[in-house]
Amino acid sequence: MSDGLQSDAVTKVAFIGNPNTGKSTIFSGLAGVHTRIGNFPGVTVEKKTARVGWDNSDLLLIDLPGTYSLSPRGEDEKVSVDVLLGKEADVGEVDVVVCIVDSSNLERNLYLATQVLDIGLPTILVLNMWDVAEGRGMKVDTDLLSKRLQIPIVKTMAHKKEGLDQLKSKILLAIDAKPALTDSPFPEPFNRERDSLSQLIRDLDPSKKTQSDFLMSRLLLDRGGAIEADMVQQYGDKLESFLTAARQRLADDGHRVPMLEAKVRYGWIREQLRDVVTAPQTQRVTASDRLDQILTHRFWGILFFCLLMLTVFQSIYTWAGPLMDGIGAGQDWVADLVASMVGPGALRSLLIDGVVAGVGGVIVFLPQIVLLFLFIAILEDSGYMARAAFLMDKLMTRVGLSGKSFVPLMSSFACAIPGIMATRVIENPKDRLVTILVAPLMSCSARLPVYVVLIGAFVPPTAYLGGIVTLQGLTLFAMMSLGALVAIPVAWILKKTYFKGETPPFVMELPSYKIPSLRIVFGRVYDRARAFVVRAGTLIFATTIVVWAAGYFPGDHTELINIQREKESLDDDSAKYAELTERENELNSELLAGSLLGQMGRAIEPVVKPLGWDWRIGIGAIASFPAREVIISTLGTVYSLGGDVDEESKDLQNSLKSVTWPDGKPVFNVAVALSLMVFFALCAQCGATLMVMRRETNTWRWPIFTFVYMTVLAYVGAFITYQVTVLFI
Amino acid sequence: MRLDELQKGETAVISEILGDDSLTMRLCEMGLLEGEPIEMIGAAPLGDPLEFCIRGYRLSLRKSEAARVQVNPRGD
Repeated sequence: MSDGLQSDAVTKVAFIGNPNTGKSTIFSGLAGVHTRIGNFPGVTVEKKTARVGWDNSDLLLIDLPGTYSLSPRGEDEKVSVDVLLGKEADVGEVDVVVCIVDSSNLERNLYLATQVLDIGLPTILVLNMWDVAEGRGMKVDTDLLSKRLQIPIVKTMAHKKEGLDQLKSKILLAIDAKPALTDSPFPEPFNRERDSLSQLIRDLDPSKKTQSDFLMSRLLLDRGGAIEADMVQQYGDKLESFLTAARQRLADDGHRVPMLEAKVRYGWIREQLRDVVTAPQTQRVTASDRLDQILTHRFWGILFFCLLMLTVFQSIYTWAGPLMDGIGAGQDWVADLVASMVGPGALRSLLIDGVVAGVGGVIVFLPQIVLLFLFIAILEDSGYMARAAFLMDKLMTRVGLSGKSFVPLMSSFACAIPGIMATRVIENPKDRLVTILVAPLMSCSARLPVYVVLIGAFVPPTAYLGGIVTLQGLTLFAMMSLGALVAIPVAWILKKTYFKGETPPFVMELPSYKIPSLRIVFGRVYDRARAFVVRAGTLIFATTIVVWAAGYFPGDHTELINIQREKESLDDDSAKYAELTERENELNSELLAGSLLGQMGRAIEPVVKPLGWDWRIGIGAIASFPAREVIISTLGTVYSLGGDVDEESKDLQNSLKSVTWPDGKPVFNVAVALSLMVFFALCAQCGATLMVMRRETNTWRWPIFTFVYMTVLAYVGAFITYQVTVLFI
Repeated sequence: MRLDELQKGETAVISEILGDDSLTMRLCEMGLLEGEPIEMIGAAPLGDPLEFCIRGYRLSLRKSEAARVQVNPRGD
């Protein structure tokens, strides 16, 4: 077989499109479980790829970042151009390009498509959201368009998985197809300048093979763009002065460079679309428009936004309850099972007090994390997130940021890590950095466990408004808002000092509202929940074991083990049993106080005492610097090891209530609980976030800065909270 | 007149985009070109940014950005 070699090689298929075209839905529909997420080397742009086998062909699908244009201003566009030109080393030459457009908005979407066509690779045009266009009474003659553009066209409705099989077969057909060839739509003077530019580069660097027309056009068109910056650095002043002169010559000819490309392309597109698209003469007021009237309304829009946020936080608090009880019961069951199989001693202590209590205490919060991610995924997929940016822009500009920072910051309420990664949509580097620096202040889901345990134990469930709102829900709302409120002055100060500069533009599409797709929403929730569990299973698990070991060693546990053995043969109600339990608790306290952890805790007690904390809370706070959700398992471990925990109440909330100072006063009260919550609200206790920050900013300076400023804020905040609250109780 | 001076529901035709920086380029890429009709849909609750309809899609622009765009109000 002559094409045997051909089918053995991996075919690379790149997916590109405007934001809000359903590109990711098409990609995940085709790639399914094979998707791998990573980063392009050297930059912070997410690289989503999938290796699939279709009809004996081996393909690598590459999802490029959503963009309106290939004019490389930001890293996203730069990576897209590099991949399409085969300059991205770990992808190699691209064989087929799939360009996805929104059928209901062809004109603007085709702008990117015409840029892609100029590259000269085999290209497939996907008209997605076909149903939306039809619903608006639009008709598109795809045969005619396909003939004019000389490329295959596929109609899809990705959210219903319709048209994907056809796209698959078109991709397979396109592998051996001739590249799309279109005549340059640019005027002759431009083509002349492009050719002399190409000649200049050849003269400057004879070793280079001929530069592609595409690259030369981009170099000429993108004033101050990334390609110009790279090439001028490489070829020096000669190139720079040529570019300036060439652009001046074009302007004198009536082709001003910033407008030239858009004018040429939009003119060409309109010509291609003549008789292809028939839209109804009068634009109908769509349901999306009517909804928009309400949701961006001066009064109703703001009211809806506030109610929505409050609903999110109140419901993750109340709905998750039954599920959490179930997981808690399962954890007790496992602990009992371990106790029945392993005799008293270091191993049993490790398994029950370390492993089961530690990991179980984190997994128990999975229902809430899933609910929070669910809300965020629905908001993203319904199109409301863009409106949230629209509503919030004025407020965000007050602190010098734009509405675009709102979405990354909102995502940081789930987890600062995807939030920081989402800051890539912010083109302005200063804005992006400020957003990254305040993102960890947003109340991420890992803080929830701390709030839930402490609120459940120490805030009374007083109900208002006939039970719709409770004091517990309000406290949770306040805690989750605190970080965001503090972020306002922090961002303002940063923008006024180190990051001085103009507010960046807010030129953004407001997509139509749509019913969120269950498949997409659940896919996102699953991915993020899985990431949380994996973290719970690795970093948090390791920390738990270390904390357990530090609390268990050094110490002589012989007497304690003997007591536990003796207790097992006794009746729970006997007087001897109670006597032994008392001795057991005493021993536990002594052992913990003598352990490594106890010594550390005592050493820092003077520092945490002004916050209302005893040394054990101090240990918990220290142990949770790598990952803040560890506080729960640490407190569980510390207090069950410490012997203060009532045998009858296995659940941590009750344990906390029964902890006392040496003089018998309870350690925890509302003031201590609030002080601890405020500390957690403001502290940068997340090693993974700091690592991501280092990766995104390419320096250790910003993670270290963040760690220091947030720790100081947390200490001061907790101090004030405790000292003030104590006056009222 | 300038685009940011349009009233809600008013349509005008773009006559010129001022400047030649990256904002001008972005506006052009989004389809704001000479001769193109543009409708003012409304403003965010706090008065800024503004929402427009151009080439059949919804675009958000701040007042300061819309001020870069010169328009001629349509007679009808």
